[in-house]
Amino acid sequence: MGNVKIINPGLITLVEDSGRYGYQQYGVPVSGVMDSYSYRLGNILVGNKEGAAVLEAAMMGPTIEFSDQMVIAITGGNLSPTLNGSAIPMWQSILVNKGDRLIFTGLRAGCRSYIAFSGGIDVPEVMGSKSTYTRGRIGGYNGRALKSGDLLGVRHPGEDPGRLSGIKVPDEYIPDYPNTLELRVIIGPQDDHFTLEGMQAFLSEQYEVTSECDRMGYRLKGKKIEHVKSGDIISDGIAMGAVQVPGHGQPIIMLADRQTTGGYTKIANVISVDLPKIAQAKPGDRIKFVKVTVRKAQQMLREMEDKIAAVKKACVPWKVVTTRLLTLRIDGKCYNVKVEEIK
Amino acid sequence: MELTNRTAGCLNAKQRKSQGGGILYKQTKYLVTGDRALVMEFGNSISEEINSRIRSVGIAIEKSGINGITEIVPTYRSLMVHYDPMVIEYDVLLEKLATLEEQLESVELPSPCTYEIPTLYGGEFGPDMENVAKHNELTKEQVIEIHTSRDYLIYMLGFTPGFPYLGGMDERIATPRLKIPRTRIDAGSVGIASAQTGVYPIDSPGGWQLIGRTPIKLYDPYRENPILLKAGNYIRFIRIDREEYDRIKEEVAKGTYRYIIRNGGGRTTEWEMLRL
Repeated sequence: MGNVKIINPGLITLVEDSGRYGYQQYGVPVSGVMDSYSYRLGNILVGNKEGAAVLEAAMMGPTIEFSDQMVIAITGGNLSPTLNGSAIPMWQSILVNKGDRLIFTGLRAGCRSYIAFSGGIDVPEVMGSKSTYTRGRIGGYNGRALKSGDLLGVRHPGEDPGRLSGIKVPDEYIPDYPNTLELRVIIGPQDDHFTLEGMQAFLSEQYEVTSECDRMGYRLKGKKIEHVKSGDIISDGIAMGAVQVPGHGQPIIMLADRQTTGGYTKIANVISVDLPKIAQAKPGDRIKFVKVTVRKAQQMLREMEDKIAAVKKACVPWKVVTTRLLTLRIDGKCYNVKVEEIK
Repeated sequence: MELTNRTAGCLNAKQRKSQGGGILYKQTKYLVTGDRALVMEFGNSISEEINSRIRSVGIAIEKSGINGITEIVPTYRSLMVHYDPMVIEYDVLLEKLATLEEQLESVELPSPCTYEIPTLYGGEFGPDMENVAKHNELTKEQVIEIHTSRDYLIYMLGFTPGFPYLGGMDERIATPRLKIPRTRIDAGSVGIASAQTGVYPIDSPGGWQLIGRTPIKLYDPYRENPILLKAGNYIRFIRIDREEYDRIKEEVAKGTYRYIIRNGGGRTTEWEMLRL
């Protein structure tokens, strides 16, 4: 068990896990991390189980002081992490010591950073999840975003911290975050509510991320997506990544904190493997939507899972194969040493 | 809490059915909503008949134990089925759901239950009671009588955790929303907006005409069953006085309050009933 102190929360830093499932029929949003790829890899790097709670920081990262020695990993968008004033690498596990300060100095690429701690953040589960649902004031740290002075507990990792540090995600698995991105979508469920011109605009024009973008949804602007009659429907369910188009014809991508149901037409849904891309988009970024089939999307999802499994395989902490106690004489002096063969 | 028979005045299944005027599609529409969910759409209107169908299919899915289905979300006229595509692929799921629909007749359906919502009307908790009475040229007593005389179908939950979209309010007490919405409406507030009635599970802003308040908690994230209500069932407002209100509120705070859920004329307070 260790502690970390929030010196400065940055723009918005939240405790999140994979999400609060099972309560959508009761009107409770799923919440959870926006970029599940970076989140999962972060936990893999520090030897955590995949559902462990991490910090999600947007745009401007927090300043954190460690009260104990522990291993952390920073993945996702690059907010320029430094430790005691020196830049530290992302996508690898790092040993930090008591008194060390992690400071993020500025946004360089992407939008959201994930800070995973070996052992995972120790906050109580509310309705089966540690995720913060800020509007409902539950989960995470007292149901809210972090503030200066907050003290977060980190659970004791199963492994010796020294053995967990220095593990790297192989380069080919580290995503880049361009300012123009392609999001693949599956058309529907209300595709028949749009005119041919409307659908053509959606699939051929670029849409820009506006400043109204948060964990609930990303409002985009671009060529109007025309409806046959109106943008209203009798309320139905909203899936993660749904592209909602209200009467004004401008799309909104619904994300982690989205409401469970809504009364606007949904032209398409971003596919699962591309959700991490939109989670890392920021105001001004440009989006091009590309149509794929549900079968193709699910095939890509299986490939993505294979990829994550490969990273997991490449990122296991080294293990002690044999141990020997030796007495060595060096320059006439005798030493008792313990030799561990690792793999 | 005293248990008296309050079944008089509530609708039986047949009467409930006859109220609906919606049209079920001849064939359920299966809509694609991304690679992890699909929507079964049963009609294009808000009706008790369509809602009853949604409830049946929902229960059938829960009973079927189809591997890979993670959550279902019933709404006015459709059912969203969330699934894990790593466990079940779209085509396979589609086939299984279609088969399930064919066999729906053989699925044993428990009859819907009715949750009783004890409500203190008027006074400080019902600041708009006078508006509602005046707008409809009724007395306060008449408004309360009309409001408590029916079971309201819970079409769906949404908007905020545990917020019920209710149907079937008597038009005689319909009242337009406030021109200037309140910035804060306390949890438990019972209100009217046009021809709709509802109850707020959490503090939220809103423009409903408030006629009373319930001391029970429709939503408590730290309770074993965080949300009291479930779509497809009914609620009934029960008039209480201030003394009862205070007593129930205290019992709720202590965790000793026994929620009253009527099922098929009888009564039960078992939590299991909430998962019907």
